[in-house]
Amino acid sequence: MLPPEKPFSPPCLFWRRVAKTICLGSKLMRQAQLQMTVNGEPAEISFSAYKTLLEVLREDLSLTGTKHGCELGECGACAVLIDGVPQLSCLVLALECQGRSVETVEGMAAGPELHPLQAAFADLGAAQCGYCTPGILLTAKALLEKEKSPSRERIREAISGNLCRCTGYQQIYEAIEEAARRMNERPR
Amino acid sequence: MNVLGKPRRRVDGRSKVTGQTRFADDIVLPRMVHARLLRSSHAHARIKEIDVEKARKHPGVHLVLTGKDFPVTFGILPVTQDEYALAPEHVRYVGDPIAAVIAKDEQTATEALDLIEVKYEVLKTIATPEEALQNPEPRIHAYSELGNIHRLQAFQFGDVEETFKKSDLIFEDLFFYEGNTHLPIEQHAAVAQVDGEGKLTLWSSTQVPHYVHRSLARVLQKPASHIRVIACPNGGGFGGKCDVCNHEMVVAKAAVMLGRPVKICLNREEVFYLHRGRHPVLMKFRTGVTKDGKLTGMHLQTLVDGGGYGSYGVASTFYTGALQTVTYELPRYKFDAARVFTNKPPCGPKRGHGTPQPRFGQEVQLDKIAERLKMDPAELRLKNLVKANSLTANWLKVGSIGLEECIKQVVERSQWKKRFRKMGPGKGLGLACGSYLCGAGLPIYWNRMPQSGVQLLLDRSGQVTVFCGATEIGQGSDDVLAAIVAEVLGIDPFEIRCITGDTGMTPVDLGSYSSRVTVMMGNAAIQAAEKLKAMIAEAASEQLQVAPDKIVFSNGKVSFDNRVLTFAEAVVMAEEKFGTLGSVGSYRPPRAPGRFKGAGVGPSPAYSYTACVVEVDVDKTTGWITVPKIWIAHDIGRTINPVLARGQVEGSVYMGLSEALMEEQVFRRLPPKLSSALVHKIPSLLEYKSLTSLDMPEVDTVLVEQEEGMRDPNCPFGAKEAGQGPLLPVMPAVANAIFDAVGVRIDELPITPDKVLKALELKASGKDARVGPTVFPSVPYPDPVVVLPPWEGGDGNAVEGSERPKVKVRSA
Repeated sequence: MLPPEKPFSPPCLFWRRVAKTICLGSKLMRQAQLQMTVNGEPAEISFSAYKTLLEVLREDLSLTGTKHGCELGECGACAVLIDGVPQLSCLVLALECQGRSVETVEGMAAGPELHPLQAAFADLGAAQCGYCTPGILLTAKALLEKEKSPSRERIREAISGNLCRCTGYQQIYEAIEEAARRMNERPR
Repeated sequence: MNVLGKPRRRVDGRSKVTGQTRFADDIVLPRMVHARLLRSSHAHARIKEIDVEKARKHPGVHLVLTGKDFPVTFGILPVTQDEYALAPEHVRYVGDPIAAVIAKDEQTATEALDLIEVKYEVLKTIATPEEALQNPEPRIHAYSELGNIHRLQAFQFGDVEETFKKSDLIFEDLFFYEGNTHLPIEQHAAVAQVDGEGKLTLWSSTQVPHYVHRSLARVLQKPASHIRVIACPNGGGFGGKCDVCNHEMVVAKAAVMLGRPVKICLNREEVFYLHRGRHPVLMKFRTGVTKDGKLTGMHLQTLVDGGGYGSYGVASTFYTGALQTVTYELPRYKFDAARVFTNKPPCGPKRGHGTPQPRFGQEVQLDKIAERLKMDPAELRLKNLVKANSLTANWLKVGSIGLEECIKQVVERSQWKKRFRKMGPGKGLGLACGSYLCGAGLPIYWNRMPQSGVQLLLDRSGQVTVFCGATEIGQGSDDVLAAIVAEVLGIDPFEIRCITGDTGMTPVDLGSYSSRVTVMMGNAAIQAAEKLKAMIAEAASEQLQVAPDKIVFSNGKVSFDNRVLTFAEAVVMAEEKFGTLGSVGSYRPPRAPGRFKGAGVGPSPAYSYTACVVEVDVDKTTGWITVPKIWIAHDIGRTINPVLARGQVEGSVYMGLSEALMEEQVFRRLPPKLSSALVHKIPSLLEYKSLTSLDMPEVDTVLVEQEEGMRDPNCPFGAKEAGQGPLLPVMPAVANAIFDAVGVRIDELPITPDKVLKALELKASGKDARVGPTVFPSVPYPDPVVVLPPWEGGDGNAVEGSERPKVKVRSA
């Protein structure tokens, strides 16, 4: 089944409506409940069953640090870590997250101390408007957890799903490299 | 210098990396309801009937609004107040808003939109400028100047035809620059709330809170004193949030009617239709030149596709001809322009506002001239550079110019002399330059008030709060503001709190457009800070036993020799002496020398200059273009924060390269069984191609600064803009590099592999190896306003009798 070709019925709304119909039709409770770990803390969440993880994070958990640019999985602004893997939260139904661990930008700093990636992004101009920044920070965090000193090529590859319209990417690469250096010098 | 010129974390950097920057859609208020807009599904139609009853009765719906609720029009320019918040009877593009539903949540509002029944009488769609010229009817707007031609302009600065007769060579070239859009990652959002006293507050992702404030007062017919507009930090602007928008009016009206907060956030498809982006422009350049490479004159004609509404269009059209003269000396210049209405989303200002299109044509034509004259393109440009502190043929005052140094830098760093025309098959280098405003000389609406105001509040703890209407859109305006105040007062920028972009709290600044913030806000900030500094110095002079002008403000200290006060101690003395401490500063650009009607667009307190070399690698079998490296040098005058300045330059390079190679806002007809409407071909972030991190080449950035004593006196500490100018040379440099690589000319943007292949095929079959426009349609340009250049005895006024009676137009 394909979305109808009609302006202003964006596919995301079409599919959401399908999801909503299925949820209500199958007598799934309109409000769903589940447990997941959010930024290291156990959370019991109640939400409309058709909502995406992005919507639940922003609307039900007030974690507005996660952004949206398309809600179709195109821009990468909504990337979060699910069990340590970068995922587009606009393409994940919150219902799929029972028992899983979700990390957003709000979970990166340790109290007042910024994560080395956050500090390097702020110092080196990797965040201009700051809107794509949370998604890129989390994507980069997943990369640095796998590879201690990734090459420029690996960094370019890793963030190629995150669109940034401000920086031209150079200062983002440099910030990720600098963060890797700082983390290798002084492991957290 | 304590602060300026030193690489530094921006003052708002921490909140940006912790997700704490509060964008408009992040605002959540108690009892908030949500709005969605019903948009026209026809490109050109009259609305016969709208039935909203079913939507009104839908469970969860609070309010349905239609055109009847908005009798007053608005528009960003005083001469084109042609938009309704919701179109009452005439829709002009697919996406024109016609009704709004306000409901308990977005989902319910969206469901209710489907219940609204609209009967249209479909009108003939005007899809292209050629169709607009051929079809005066049906009229898209009744007020247009001639049929569907929105606006006609013609100016002559010296007799160009006579010059051409005496020139050794005349080059005539056609170019086309396809439209494209801003694509900020943040979609437009707005929240409106009526407070306990019945006053309205609107939070919006806007670059121009002051203009939104004025328009809201007009549309809602409420006193402006009861309206407060807060520009949230924008998740990217690039000109896309410079216009006053329908959805801002709708949520404001709904909040007033419902007495509760109303939010809207456009989806990505709607952002593509809201548009206000780069105008598609067809251009014809005729340029005269002597055998030894001196330019003698230019005649430029442009045909500008405006889309369905005025927006900034009148100013954009002027800008397609305004800045040709500020880079290279043109003894005589003639400019004709026409903007037409078409049934597509309205075009407006995008980074470079109307100037990247003719800059592309001008710089590619210069490459052709150099080729024919067998001159080095860099030498040709150096030979024709405008002189510092001079007037141009069209009466623009050029102050400092660092372009010579910019060209030398990119030539040297790219090893141009060794590599140009010598790189082997498929590889090439291209060079181009550009110039841009540091703020438009005149405000959008006529007034003699300051264009930027800054207010400082000094707490007895030593805390400094700075208030300014300027808007943070990612470019770092808060950082510039804090840095300049910190520099004057000798404190750390992180000691300063910035309150910006709030019409209820901050002095007016016209907004973040036309690269005006650093120069205008910066000058106002210096003035305000200097006043405070003088008061503090006077109070501290007693304690330090020295004349106030001998006191040094530096590193948080107020001192003379070894006698030292902390800044906070000195502030206490000043408060004891003068009472509560505060100051204001404001800035208005100098009066421009041009006196003719139309002279309002183009003047600026200063011009920035850029030179760029692009390297390309073209695959002859696929036409695929790879860009390994770009060298760019930007005349910034003086760098305030090198980290941010470099970011602005490289971001411009990125956007310019993306426009050069792939970005295009293009349209298609739906199949007849689905209405044949003219819709956006690719309204999604996936299909509207832009460069990703994998496509972005290495960029070698040089910030060219002027020496002490040479700095532009109109600029704060000599600092010029960096946000728009560096985009301009990138597109033509790519085109010129492709010629160096494979010997074909692509005279239209974007330069896609299919165009390269087509040109290579033409070349192989011995034909003219060029892809680009071949015909310039007949446009009824009027007789020109005749103005004599300064060196032909002109005084800046039009020659008597050559000016048509016209409404005055202000720049943007």
